[in-house]
Amino acid sequence: MAEHILSVKALTKRFGGFVALDSVDLQLGEGERLGLIGPNGSGKTTMINCISGALFSDQGTITFKGADITRLPAHRRTHRGIVRSFQIPRPFRTMTILQNLMVPMEYAAAQGGGDLETEARDILDIVGFRGRASENSGRLTQVDMRKLELARALAAKPQLLISDEAMAGLSSSEVDEILDILFKLNGRGVAVIMIEHIMRAVFRFSQRVVVLDAGRRIAEGTPAQIVKDPLVERAYLGV
Amino acid sequence: MRLGGFWGLMAAALVAGLAFATLTNNEYYFTAAYAILQALVMAIAWNILGGFTGYVNFGSAGFFALGAYATVALHKFLPSIGFAPPLVVYVLAGAVVCGLIGLATGYLTLRLRGVYFAIATLALAIVFQTFMNNWGYVGAAKGTSILTPDPPQFLWGYVSFSSYVKYLFVVMLLLALTAIVISRYIANSKFGRGLAAIRDDEVAAECMGVPTLRLKLISAAVMGALMGVAGAPYPFFATFVDPQSAFSLVIAVNSIAMPMIGGTAYWYGPVVGALLLGTAQEAISVTISSELNVFLVGVVLVACVILAPRGLVGFVNDMRAKAKGRG
Repeated sequence: MAEHILSVKALTKRFGGFVALDSVDLQLGEGERLGLIGPNGSGKTTMINCISGALFSDQGTITFKGADITRLPAHRRTHRGIVRSFQIPRPFRTMTILQNLMVPMEYAAAQGGGDLETEARDILDIVGFRGRASENSGRLTQVDMRKLELARALAAKPQLLISDEAMAGLSSSEVDEILDILFKLNGRGVAVIMIEHIMRAVFRFSQRVVVLDAGRRIAEGTPAQIVKDPLVERAYLGV
Repeated sequence: MRLGGFWGLMAAALVAGLAFATLTNNEYYFTAAYAILQALVMAIAWNILGGFTGYVNFGSAGFFALGAYATVALHKFLPSIGFAPPLVVYVLAGAVVCGLIGLATGYLTLRLRGVYFAIATLALAIVFQTFMNNWGYVGAAKGTSILTPDPPQFLWGYVSFSSYVKYLFVVMLLLALTAIVISRYIANSKFGRGLAAIRDDEVAAECMGVPTLRLKLISAAVMGALMGVAGAPYPFFATFVDPQSAFSLVIAVNSIAMPMIGGTAYWYGPVVGALLLGTAQEAISVTISSELNVFLVGVVLVACVILAPRGLVGFVNDMRAKAKGRG
């Protein structure tokens, strides 16, 4: 495995008396594709909230590219290259598609000059939004909103993209469209953590899968290993 | 709006205002125009935090009154040490005092969102009012009177004013034009796009690299400073300041209603709202009754919320977009 870009050690997060994450470790190599799965309430979203800075962890450290970012506010983490998309799309609704992309381009991406609008149009091409730059983002269909989430995340020039259930509720062909986009991103050297309930997508996409259950890490391995893991079976089926 | 068009319009407004001041001496016109322009500055100020950033502030009257009280306090203190400054000093003082207070209140309240933020700002205005009610130096609850100064002369007497209210009108006209320029500049800047992202979705904005807290604080400081600017000349205009009138809820309601009616997402929304509503209010105060103008604000606001939720500017833009779509 290449050098670690992200290293999470003994991460713990409590909400009152409820332990959402219990001393979880997670490592990610540069350009790696990691699947993070687990039943509802297992702590996946809490985990990425802690990594992206939306929540502060109670214990444990998060290191990104060798620097401790455990206490850094979310926008500073974005500046360093950790970018997430949201489970429920959160577009800037009064803006056009292009304007949505301009926000991270102006605020997050540490670019050396260059024409922002041309760059934005390149990104729109990747997600298949060519010629739709001036559409109002508040009126998009679900699948288009998911694509916009990814496009906007891409505009922030991530080195690590965390995709939080980008495919939930989409049709099979739409899932393939989103997967294509994620593969394209990864092809550009972006490491991806994918949180997903659609196992077909997770197993096709991930090189490695980590399974959480009730705030603990119960399994890790290649998709083929995970499918056979008895602990995973029990977590999902309760048998 | 094209750049040339904008500056041309601003110059035209300035020339028209100055021509108006040269051609007539009827003090009523200047009193009415001053009131409209003061409301215009307040509406623009409110819109920077309320419209651009999405934080609805019910405490506008508090900032306005603090601007006025900064003048009252300085007007009492400075002459006692042998210094009688021109009006511009008071205006700058109002801007600095209220800008800092805007920053401080922002720091205290901007963690709250939506209706909780609105309630907190309303409460803060009451705190300020209670303080002024008990501060004897500026007259406490019984208020304080200020004698109207003599109208000043500039450029060795070449520029003079027949009355002080005329001078105040010209000053407020310049302040209003400045406020418009600031508001437009913000709306078209990187800062303004960051504010719009916060308004649309604060969590997403933060995750897209926007330093949300810092931007909100700057926004609150600019809002406070502009409201302080609007309030600073008020004691010379009204010649009497007491907490009851300076902290009047009507001021707060007008500063919310005008941008809402004009359109909060646009820098020119509050301008349109303030000119229309302010003029209507003045006209109705004179021709029918001064109580009715408060009623009018309510009716127009409700009508706008139902018929044109994005304000008149938004309504017109939607109509245009539709017409374009058909044609």
